[in-house]
Amino acid sequence: MYTAVSLAILVSLGLVLARALLGPTVYDRIAAVNMFGTKTVLLIAVLAFSSGRTDLLDIALVYALINFTGVVAVMRLVTYGSFHSSRKADTKSVTADKG
Amino acid sequence: MIEVFIDIILLSFIAVTAVAILRMTNLFAIIMLFGIFSFLSASLFAVMDAVDVAFTEAAVGAGISTVLMLATIALTKTQKEKVSVSHRHWLPLSVVIVTGAVLVYGTLDLPAFGDPEAPAQTHVAPYYIDKAVEETGLPNMVTSVLASYRGFDTLGEVVVVFTAGVAVLLLLGGKHRISDTGTNEIEKNEHSLILRVVAKFLIPLIIVFALYVQFHGDFGPGGGFQAGVILSAAIILYTLVFGLDAAERVIPPSILRILASLGVLIYTGVGIVTILLGGNYLNYSVLGDSKVAGQHLGILLVELGVGIAVFAVLLVIFLTFAGRGRP
Amino acid sequence: MIIDILSWILLLGGGLLGIIGGIGMHWFPDVYSRQHAAGTTDTLCAMLILLGLALQAGFSLVTFKLALIFIFLLFTNPTASHALANAAMQGGLRPQLERTAGGDNP
Repeated sequence: MYTAVSLAILVSLGLVLARALLGPTVYDRIAAVNMFGTKTVLLIAVLAFSSGRTDLLDIALVYALINFTGVVAVMRLVTYGSFHSSRKADTKSVTADKG
Repeated sequence: MIEVFIDIILLSFIAVTAVAILRMTNLFAIIMLFGIFSFLSASLFAVMDAVDVAFTEAAVGAGISTVLMLATIALTKTQKEKVSVSHRHWLPLSVVIVTGAVLVYGTLDLPAFGDPEAPAQTHVAPYYIDKAVEETGLPNMVTSVLASYRGFDTLGEVVVVFTAGVAVLLLLGGKHRISDTGTNEIEKNEHSLILRVVAKFLIPLIIVFALYVQFHGDFGPGGGFQAGVILSAAIILYTLVFGLDAAERVIPPSILRILASLGVLIYTGVGIVTILLGGNYLNYSVLGDSKVAGQHLGILLVELGVGIAVFAVLLVIFLTFAGRGRP
Repeated sequence: MIIDILSWILLLGGGLLGIIGGIGMHWFPDVYSRQHAAGTTDTLCAMLILLGLALQAGFSLVTFKLALIFIFLLFTNPTASHALANAAMQGGLRPQLERTAGGDNP
């Protein structure tokens, strides 16, 4: 049963990965990374149960906390262009993204 | 069986991500993919039972390295230059193929992956497995190997981290004013209200969790390095939400520099103390009444030094990068 | 026994929602609708799976950690979604309000 759940999570990881690769805007990629993070947390939690190693949950906990910092950092940079100014940046350079 | 299957899927995801990273020109998108790459490799480590490695990857890869790379991008530009290549690729291609073939040939002499007869499994590993718990009194063997048996290596790593911080300060650091009056514009930004409230709630939890990781490293996955990274992530989150000036009022850069040196000093100091007490450098057995107590105390102190140094250095690097070019 | 069945249902429901969210990220035409599909399913998927696991674990430290992950995700996920949509709006991206032919790329 854990197998089924982890496979389901892997399938959704694949779909999200495809969205991160395709873009087309930078916001799609950020959303994809955020969702990828959550799914990784869940995958590790399920793995912790299926292998009986519950200390893996600590890793899931770290991800749940740290992923947020990363996503906030990305959005702050996209919106303001730097980490120190609070003026809105010219975001054209970031959003016009033809990866 | 299922773990092999998950391994294969995760590995193919990693391969796809790596190729995509190579082919992209938008550096921003590449950083996003680096984040995904880190998630994948941490899952892979977790599947392969390397809990401490997965922990480090989780702490560093998802947050800090993304943030540092973004800070770098903010100083440069977001697009990779398109290099027009007119000459033939054959020479470099053949050099790469030959080098690769030589490297592959070299790996043929290495023992197979997971081979129980490999030298690494037959000499030190059995000793650690048999004696580590008994000699250091710590259930987590990784911590005792890291901090005690291989204490010199870890000292080297801490010094490397410290050197990186010093180098960043030398290159990018410099005097700048810290405005201690005047409200921050970001604090006034109504759009980030929800973010501010949630961050206020999250940051203390992250700090508590970092302390848990620091002092629980003897018993479970984690230790000074991971704790330092998580703690610095908490402060970085604060910086991102409340602004650079606010963060520098909370933790002045001068204190951070002292903390970075202090961490390394604690580590090396423990070594000096063990010499003074009649032992070898970093032989903690002489620190306590019994050998086990000494080992335990030594590992705790050393991990603390690592934690402080890593926390301070990462934060120094981030603040220096982020503060670059402000008015 | 009943708890077992309940937890399997929760786990499978979570897995299914994860896949639906993944499909949703490809189904919809613009950033905001995709974000909607991803954000909502993501949080519920996490809740169901973590709840299912907690039922398996019984009452222990493990459950406490699961509850912590649950709380973090519950707060960070919608916040990230909100901040993301906000950033996209400030970045000058307008939601696609009418169905246009071949409107897959905004």
